Amino acid sequence: MRAIWRGVDRALLRDVGLVCLAVGVIGVSYGTIAVASHLPAWLPVVMACLVVAGASEFLFVGIVAAGGNPFAAVAAGLLVNARHLPFGLSLPDVLGQGWRRLFGSHLMNDEAVVFALSTPDPDRRRAAYWLCGLGILVCWPTGAVLGTVLGSAVHDTATFGLDAMFPAVLLALVLPALRERPKRRAALAGAAVALATTPFLPAGLPVLLALAGLAVPGGREREAAA
Amino acid sequence: MSHHQLVLLAAALVLAAGTYGFRVAGPLLRSRVTFPPRVERLLEASSVVLLTALVATTALYEGHGAAGWARPAGVLVGGLLAWRKVPFVLVVLAAAATAAGLRLLGVR
Repeated sequence: MRAIWRGVDRALLRDVGLVCLAVGVIGVSYGTIAVASHLPAWLPVVMACLVVAGASEFLFVGIVAAGGNPFAAVAAGLLVNARHLPFGLSLPDVLGQGWRRLFGSHLMNDEAVVFALSTPDPDRRRAAYWLCGLGILVCWPTGAVLGTVLGSAVHDTATFGLDAMFPAVLLALVLPALRERPKRRAALAGAAVALATTPFLPAGLPVLLALAGLAVPGGREREAAA
Repeated sequence: MSHHQLVLLAAALVLAAGTYGFRVAGPLLRSRVTFPPRVERLLEASSVVLLTALVATTALYEGHGAAGWARPAGVLVGGLLAWRKVPFVLVVLAAAATAAGLRLLGVR
């Protein structure tokens, strides 16, 4: 296990800490919303520990709270989480083998993946993935528990601009990869596809359709030339 | 535990199991199959594409509707600061502060 932490330094601790704090605060709003929707308090906490994927959990709670069928909520949540399959295929080896890979897979979330991608050094990359993954596994459920306790105290997290944090965190971390021209082309084309289809398609599907951006002509040729 | 609560628990467990299945499938496949270099490069780019699309949709939309002006403005400010290589802490705080400030001024 010690090998994993070899790449940890203060800058990494600070950046990961800030992301985890932001995730914890969003977790508070998640727990609060679930309880305010008259769902049992254990539900957001159990999901925060076992699903650990905020967007799908918000969606699940939203559908069930609106009187929707719980299994329709499962289907919607799975659709949103399907992006973890290509994440796992594209992730450089940060998980290791055996139980580490089985447990490390549970830590796979947007923030941990993007931290790993934005770090070129293999030791530091592995440390970033595990640190961020474990941090979120602690902070997200802790936030959810606090939220269920606080009840309706922090009902509108938008007042504090917290909803801007998640996309800003991902953007800041993905920017270095976007400096590479072929990746930027594919990513911008994919984002355009996702934006154009979001109003019409179920949540989660537009982000998967963004993979069509990989087929942008020119991008692949340049990549092959590089 | 009531019947309704049991159904909710079962649904939450199915969502958790399915999500874990998606997560573990990639690393397991990756260690069993060797992909040609061109496919490797495409796979490597796919996370960047997915994450960029996630940034765009979560910045601009709330569900199926527009997220308003405050949130995308906050994300844009954060993105510009990140582009100028401002420390990450400030990027994230500036994004939240911009969105909160605009809302305080009545911009939604």
